[in-house]
Amino acid sequence: MKALVWHGKEDIRCDRVSDPEIEHPRDAIIKVTSCAICGSDLHLFHNLVPAMLPGDIMGHETMGEVVEVGSEAKGKLKKGDRVVIPFTIQCGECDQCRRGNFSVCQRTNRKGELGDKAFGHRTAGLFGYTHLTGGYPGGQAEYLRVPFSDTTHVKVPDGIEDEKLLFLSDILPTGWQAAVQTDIQPGDTVAIWGCGPVGQMAIRSAILLGAEQVIAIDCLPERLSMAAAAGAITVNFETESVVERLNELTGGEGPHKCIDAVGTESHVSFGQPDTLLDRAKQMLMQENDRPHVLREMIYVCRPAGVISIIGVYLGLVDKIPMGQAMNKGLTFRMAQAHVPRWTDDLLRRIEDNQIDPSFVITHKADLSQGPEMYAKFRDKADGCIKVMLQP
Amino acid sequence: MSLANLSGIARSKGDPRVQHKGPSSLTSADRLARALGWFSIGLGVAELVAPGRIARTLGLEGREGLIRAYGARELASAIPTLSIDKQAGLAARIAGDALDLGTLSTALHRDNPKLNNALIATALVVGVTLLDITAYAGVKGAHRRTRGSNRDYSDRVGLPRGAQESRGLAREDFEIPADYKAEGRLADALPAGSSETNSEG
Repeated sequence: MKALVWHGKEDIRCDRVSDPEIEHPRDAIIKVTSCAICGSDLHLFHNLVPAMLPGDIMGHETMGEVVEVGSEAKGKLKKGDRVVIPFTIQCGECDQCRRGNFSVCQRTNRKGELGDKAFGHRTAGLFGYTHLTGGYPGGQAEYLRVPFSDTTHVKVPDGIEDEKLLFLSDILPTGWQAAVQTDIQPGDTVAIWGCGPVGQMAIRSAILLGAEQVIAIDCLPERLSMAAAAGAITVNFETESVVERLNELTGGEGPHKCIDAVGTESHVSFGQPDTLLDRAKQMLMQENDRPHVLREMIYVCRPAGVISIIGVYLGLVDKIPMGQAMNKGLTFRMAQAHVPRWTDDLLRRIEDNQIDPSFVITHKADLSQGPEMYAKFRDKADGCIKVMLQP
Repeated sequence: MSLANLSGIARSKGDPRVQHKGPSSLTSADRLARALGWFSIGLGVAELVAPGRIARTLGLEGREGLIRAYGARELASAIPTLSIDKQAGLAARIAGDALDLGTLSTALHRDNPKLNNALIATALVVGVTLLDITAYAGVKGAHRRTRGSNRDYSDRVGLPRGAQESRGLAREDFEIPADYKAEGRLADALPAGSSETNSEG
């Protein structure tokens, strides 16, 4: 089959690989009908995530049709079922899964000892990601083996196109959780840093959850135009001061809720000198992440406000103003999205025409064009915000 | 055996294995930049470790300290050249090439017994400078935001009922789960029936 394979920094290829096989009775194989490139795939593309190996298949936003089912998954899945696959693999039985904390499932990371060493305690297995999270082959391919498939799937109905359903795999529940984590109250001002695909979903989620004012922060005009389309007030950090503008929009009080939809690869510019220092440290392996957004959120957030971190961070960050955070009594919520916790509700909202996630797709291409689409997405060329691939 | 095949030892039996590699996302300019980055490391180490030998070979005796500093500069420019910020690294390399040529020009005189060596080194640096400029232009061209990138997506609402009509729609049937509550009023935390609770309403 064809698959997009990681071969090293900035080196993704559309290779011919052997087909996946059922390994465990809970496995299933799906024929992929649609997949997408995620912003966090760029962290792998840039080789910022440790423990990737040449030959790893990329992709964790995938949907398709079940073509083979292991004996223990047959009660829940059958051939021909149309499914979206969450990027997190969950057993559904461990203590964390029972609590709804699916992205820290205790049983699905097949390289759990590596995870224990890296994170202190293992997190869930993830598709198409580092070997610290199991090294499972990803879904930017013609076929995908789904481990723990009886609990790692979202059945979706026929009659709704892939474009509307695919993002139940990641960015829609991720953006939703980013907003839910802030416990939005009517009257709240929610500021969202980063208007990439997750930021766009967080903007719409915050509006659905009743935020009075949503402020979207980015520097790319096309992303800001997409944010404004949903009713967000936009701030271009290259042409105006984020802190001054947020204070101006909140009567000097600062936003009640702040969402970081940027994470580790904060934009580097001379206007934000800390980002230059972070980038230099990152190159010298003195720091894993560039936490400019985190610093700015802590500084500008209203006292007793809530900070929600959904952008991916990878390891060590420097110069985080914990003193400001502590003295202002900020609440921090963060996690990789616990996808299945939200998908039933979000599928219903798609069916009910409350949200149509297909708005975010700016580029569609054949899987074989994946390598050039990675480069295009990374360079933000041609107005690229979200790439959907079809095998 | 390629690295992609070697890494098979870290995979399980049913995982797909690479059978045939396709074209890479790396451009030729990316590859040239990478080669120049490694060249920088090699030259930088040589200049740091053996400045005396290099000075004697070129007839630049007494400049050992400068050559060592150039070695450090080569290593410093190699880091961004090998990173995803190749453009900055290559720009630093081109500036470094100018310094190298300036220094070599002081050895290009008839009294220098190693004039031939200095001429060869100058020719090599000119060649490498051309490669640096080629890589810089290639990387800049390949990774720039093309014209038309500033598209207008102001029709991409994503909320079929309209932005304003959708505000708060989910609150009708969705309650923030208890483990995600971050807000609360003092009144909620006090025992029911207390005066504070009543006064808070």
